[in-house]
Order: sequence, then structure tokens, then C-alpha cells
Amino acid sequence: MGKVLPLFPEQASTMAPEVDHLLYFLLAVAVFFTLVIFCAILYFAVRYRRRSDQELPRAVHTGLTLEIVWTVIPFGLTMVMFGWGANIFFKESRPPDNAMPIYVVGKQWMWKVQHLEGQREINELHVPVGRPVRLTMTSEDVIHSFFIPAFRVKEDVVPGRYSTLWFTPTKAGKYHLFCAEYCGTRHSGMIGSVYVMEPQEYETWLSGGAPSGSLSDMGRKVFDQYGCVNCHRSDSTGRCPSLIGVFGSTVQLTGGGRVKADEGYIRESILQPMAKIVAGYEPIMPTFQGQVTEEQVLELVEYIRSLAPRPAAPAVAAPASSTVLPKNR
Amino acid sequence: MITAAAQEREHYLNASYGLKSWLLTKDHKRIALLYLGTITLFFFLGGAFATLIRLELLTPQGDLVSSETYNKLFTMHGVAMIFFFLIPSIPATLGNFFLPMMIGARDLAFPKINLLSWYLLVVGGLFSLFAMLAGGVDTGWTFYTPYSTTYSNTWVIATALGIFIAGFSSILTGLNFIVTIHRMRAPGMTWFRLPLFVWSHYATSLIQVLGTPVLAVTLVLVFCERVFHIGIFDPTLGGDPVLFQHLFWFYSHPAVYIMVLPAMGVISEVVSVFSRKPVFGYGFVAFSSVAIAVLGFLVWGHHLFVSTQSVYAGMVFSFLSYFVAIPSAIKVFNWTATLYKGSISYATPMLYAFGFIGLFTIGGLTGLFVAALGIDVHVTDTYFVVAHFHYIMVGGAIMAYLGGLHYWWPKMTGRMYPEGWAKLSALIIFLGFNLTFFPQFILGYLGMPRRYHVYPDEFQVLHVLSTAGASVLAVGYVIPMVYFIWSLRYGQVAGANPWKATGLEWQTSSPPPVHNFNETPVVKNEAYDYSHTIGEVIEVG
Repeated sequence: MGKVLPLFPEQASTMAPEVDHLLYFLLAVAVFFTLVIFCAILYFAVRYRRRSDQELPRAVHTGLTLEIVWTVIPFGLTMVMFGWGANIFFKESRPPDNAMPIYVVGKQWMWKVQHLEGQREINELHVPVGRPVRLTMTSEDVIHSFFIPAFRVKEDVVPGRYSTLWFTPTKAGKYHLFCAEYCGTRHSGMIGSVYVMEPQEYETWLSGGAPSGSLSDMGRKVFDQYGCVNCHRSDSTGRCPSLIGVFGSTVQLTGGGRVKADEGYIRESILQPMAKIVAGYEPIMPTFQGQVTEEQVLELVEYIRSLAPRPAAPAVAAPASSTVLPKNR
Repeated sequence: MITAAAQEREHYLNASYGLKSWLLTKDHKRIALLYLGTITLFFFLGGAFATLIRLELLTPQGDLVSSETYNKLFTMHGVAMIFFFLIPSIPATLGNFFLPMMIGARDLAFPKINLLSWYLLVVGGLFSLFAMLAGGVDTGWTFYTPYSTTYSNTWVIATALGIFIAGFSSILTGLNFIVTIHRMRAPGMTWFRLPLFVWSHYATSLIQVLGTPVLAVTLVLVFCERVFHIGIFDPTLGGDPVLFQHLFWFYSHPAVYIMVLPAMGVISEVVSVFSRKPVFGYGFVAFSSVAIAVLGFLVWGHHLFVSTQSVYAGMVFSFLSYFVAIPSAIKVFNWTATLYKGSISYATPMLYAFGFIGLFTIGGLTGLFVAALGIDVHVTDTYFVVAHFHYIMVGGAIMAYLGGLHYWWPKMTGRMYPEGWAKLSALIIFLGFNLTFFPQFILGYLGMPRRYHVYPDEFQVLHVLSTAGASVLAVGYVIPMVYFIWSLRYGQVAGANPWKATGLEWQTSSPPPVHNFNETPVVKNEAYDYSHTIGEVIEVG
């Protein structure tokens, strides 16, 4: 930010240099063709300028070879652009398995962030440097879009579904967080900051405030509060399927289908229980649409996730102390 | 010098007088002028909104207008410019006037429907104007759901109804053109003797007829959800918000080609006439118009790369988007090659054509950036996209529209525009345009999101440059407005064919007679054969 007029944004994630390299390639191609066209026009316009109104140029016959050349070369170049861009996009869409989960809820006009350890933030996101982070995001109202220019990542935050975004920050610092999808009156106020911290600093920050226990603890409370446990027992004696080990498994559905029990499936089962019925069970669950908030749904998702064995739980994801007083953010 | 004979000769402008003779006219030439007046009003209205937007963005704080007002300004700028200026611009004015003349017809196939089209645009325009005056609309011209259906408290329905009605104007114009081109070509006017302007309008018409109904359906669905709360797009009603984006862009991406294909048609004419050479690669240029129209229907998903659309769908749409680049590149190369060994005049229409080729090249090349998935994730919904489509729409479509207006002005009015002023304003527009929009590419890559009323301080320098450019651009647009009106009375009398052009429209008097030609022309030559128009010839090249 010290520079008066920067031309490129900071690179603060592993993805940023990759995106920028593709940009440089595209810039080189674009500058080359722009120069070719501009110079050709300028040269022809001067060289063949009209000297008399009676002039009639001799016909130049259309060259098929020329047409093929200037069709094939641009086509080849665009296919390089396609492949290169698609490769980056594919990486952007595949968070690593060990990515640290963080939950985001967008609403007009703020970002609400929930960490596994129970910390909540508004319009701020604290993450450690060097660790992949995976955001699971939804919206309470209209479509928003989570955009961190320094990381070169963006994904829409859509009501009624979860979207994901991941990144590995590479440089400690404070970066812009923008809402990129127009969302109403104070759209341009739906901004915040991403704080990338050194791991130790981050640990300190994490232990700084977990008002009511970890996210899955809060989820358990919601689970108890709504009496979910009356049907979803921990053994198979309940009227509804046990939730132990469900998360991440493949669920057999009535009518023959299968579905992977991910965040989106859990969410749907809470809010629209009739959408997919587990094989062998009756469709008796009532909807909780309008009763639980998006944040509570996320807590429930995290609780249900905690009931399943998690592969290689990340070190810092251990439940933080719940005795520390809440810190206002 | 106006001779008594020229004054007395009957033509389409003096054949009858009075308001009724205009409002009930079935003459495609008069209807074209009605359109010209209407869309000019919307152009300056949309321009006024843009002026306020640029003034607001001079400072990072929101200090000129409130956020509510700012959001309405960019929405109404988009609505006015896209639906009531750019989409009708070249087809409804220059196309309406010259398409029948270029193929040697007396009028369009359905003159009454042609008049109806204009009335539909006016009625649609009035609805949208009413919405703007009553309080405006703040959804963005894209009307994304569920904001537009559930959350916005502004005049969404009135605006959408205006667009819905204007859409039928577009459909009927397209239909009229298709039938006219098929059925009303003069003897000898084979498909491959058609001027490229006609080819590009044929391609445009296909999109208008096939695409616009989807927009109409989409707006009806928005209406149903907003008014009757039928769950289509809002997830709390059981709908899918991203479905709207698919439907909307299924029309609105091809709509970009509705705006730019006719512009390409104008450029083909102008480049040929002012270098006195047939367009290089005629067949390639003609078919590339059709290819763009067809491929344009297959790429809508490239607006949805970060919308939660499937990753593989994103890849398919990126792949297909690059196919559109090829016919566009073919056109640029062929126009440039047309200049080679030509006899190049620097008349104003040609300056606009040079401007178009340059700016369209930049607009098209930056299209390669936004079609690249990895880049688009970063730049979508930023000023990079804003800059990209303004290079196509303003740098491309409006440059061509102005070039076309200058080129055909002598035919439409019988008078020349003042060449000096025209060259000056073309230069001002070119410079002002680049100063306005080039900084926005940098802004966008730096991360400046679009539709932001308030923005971080570090973006201010580039915004100030952009606003400075916009004020230059505004001057450039006002000058032609003044001298065109001036020329109606004081301009030099043009004569039938001041450019020594080959099109049939130049083989009749200026302004043309009511029925265009005194006798049906018979076409014996290929398009752009200048050996018959120059008289005593000096061969060059």
C-alpha cells in the first residue's frame, strides 16, 4: 500500500502467483496482437493513403492460406488459455483434505464467520499463514460473493446452499475482503479484512475467546434443545437413523439412490427432510426451516461431523478452552 | 448550392408533412428516423446517469449521492443504454433505413409491423421512464434473484414490464429483417452478392427472434415470484436463485452480439468504401457473423463461473467461449487486410472504423482473459469486466454506430456533415473513451468490485483518471449532436453518391424517393466492385 499507483495486487496466497502467471501470458498475447493490428492499420493507412479521388486499387485476391493461418494460430493460442485456466480453476475447486474448516454466513450487509473452536467474527477473518483453509459459506438472504483480491479467489455465497472456497495464505498481513455480488443498498459496505497471522500468533488469537465452547459443542446444544436426540439415537433403536459415523459416508436412499453425506446433505435434511429419505426409514421428520438459523445449522453440521471419525484432525483444531471470557469483536 | 430542381424533387422527407404523416408512416426510412430520435433521447438519458456515476466516484467516500441513489443510477444507466439504446441502435435506425435499400427493395416485408415495432419500443420505454421518474429501480440491469424478486423495494415490475414490451419490438424487427432478406432481394442480388451489412443483420435477426422470447419468459417468472410469491428463484419459497442467472444470460449473452454484429456490418461497409476494395475474405466475414450468432447461444455459463455452477460446466463454457473468439479474430484480420494496397481515405466514417477495429481488438482480447477460468474467478464482478464490456459496447458498438451515421448521413438527409468538426469529435471520442475505460482494467485486476458506491482510498487515482476521461467523452458525444442538427439546414448538399460507394442505396438520389428506387434495380456485379462507380479511373496498387 506504500506505492502510490500499484498496477498489480499483492500476492498473498499459493494461488496468486499461479493466476498472475496466466495473466502475464495473456497480457503478452494481447499486447502482441494489439500491436500487430495497430501497426498494420497505421502502416497501411499511411502507405496506401488516397492521393486522388479517381483512384481504383487493383483487386487483391483472397488468400485461403492466409485465412487458415489466422484461424489456426489464434485457435491454438486460445486452447492453451483454456487448458491453463481450467487447470487453475480445477485446483481452486478441490480443497485439500487437511484444509482447516471455517464457516461463513453472509447477510445484508455483513460477513459472519464461525471458527471450529467457537470464535465468531464479523467482517473479519483470522487465519494462520501456510495452512490451507476451507470456507463453507451460505447466505441468509440474497446472493453475495466472497472475494479476497490478494488471494485471487472468489465464490458466490448463495442462499439455500453451501458453497466452498479454499486458499493457503503465504504472507502475514491484512488484506481486503469484498462482497463482489451486488446485494442491495449497502453492498459497498459489505467489506472486511482478512488477517493472516504467524502460526503462534494465531494460536494466541484462537485462545483469546471462545464464549460458549467449540462449534460442535454449540451444535450439540442445538441438537438437545430441539429434541433431535429423541429420534436420532446413538444406536439403531431410534425411529430415525443414527448419526454416528454418518458424515462423509454414502447413504442409501429410499427409491434406490445414494448420496454422499456432506455439509449440503445435512443442511437439506434439516431444512427439507422430505427431499431425501434414508432407506428403511419412514418420512416422519418435520422441517426446521424458519426455526433454526443458518448459523445454528452450521453448528449442527459441525456436531454431526464430530460424530464421525475425522481423518487426521488438524492440530490447531483441538477444542479450545471454554472458560475464557468472550471477547467482543 | 441548392438548385431549384433539387428542392422541388419529391423524396421521403418532403412527400408529406405533419405529425400524422410521421406517426402513421409505413415508410421504413421515416420509421428509422423515429427510432433515431427515440434512441438518441435514451442515449443522452443513459449518459446523464453515467455522468453522475463518474462524478460520485471521484472520491472514495459516498458524498455526492446516497447509496440508494447510486444503485439506482447504475441500474438505470444499464437499462437505458442496453435495452433502449444499444439493442435497437444500429438495426432499428441504420438497418431499418438501409437494409431494404441495399437489397433493392421498396420497403421491409411488413411495413405495418415495422411501425408497430417502433410503438412497442416507445411504450416499453415509457414504462421504464415512468419507473425511473417514480423512484427508480436498484437491482442492476441484471435483475439477479432473489434480490429483485424478494428484497428490492424499488420499481422492479414497471421496469421489467418496459423491457418485456420493448423485447417484442426487437423480435418483430428481427422477424421483419429475416423475411425481407429472404423474399425481397432485387433480381440478381444473390446471397453472396449481399453487402456484409445485410449478412450481419441476418445473423443479428436470428438472435433477436430466438433469444428475446427467453428474456420475456424470464421476466414473467420474476413477475410471478415478486407479485404472486410463486417459488421459482427464492430458496425460501423453494426456488433456485442461480436458475435465474442461467435464463437471464441465455438471452443476455447473445444480446451482446445483437449489439455488436450490426456494428461489424457497418465496419465492413465503411472499411471497403474508404479503401475502395472489396472486403478481404468476404465469405469468411459473412459466415463468421452467422458463426458468432450460433456460438453465442452456447456460452451463457461463462457468466456463472463463481455462481456455484458445477466445475465441469464451467470448463465446458470456458472451452466454448474460446470458439467465439475465432470468428471475431477472423473479422479483425480481414478488415485489416482489406486496407492492404487500398486507396485509403481519412474521411470521418473511416476514422471511426479505425477506432472500432482498435478498440474492438482490445475488447475482444480482454474477452480471452475473462473466458480463462483461473483469471475470471479473480476478475469477475470487478471493474475488469466493466472495462471489457465497455470496450465492446462503447468502443465497438457506439463507434460503429457513429461511423455509420456519418457514412449514411448524406443519404438520409441529402446533406453533408461538417468534416472538420466531425474529425475532431471522432478524435475526442477515441481519446476520451480510452482514458475512461483503460484505467478500469487495472482497477479491476487490483480487485475493485463493480457497483461499489464507496471504495478504498488506494483506488482513487485510477477513478479520477476514469472520470476525467468520461468528461472528455461527453464533449465528444455532444459535438456530433450539434453539427448533425446544424447540417440539416446548413450542410453542403450531398448528391447521390458522395463516397463513390457501390451499394444499391447509393444508386438512388439523396434523400431517397419514397419508394427508394424509380425502377427496380437489377444487380449484375459482385458486392464492392468499385470499377463502376468511380468514372475516370487511376489504377493504383
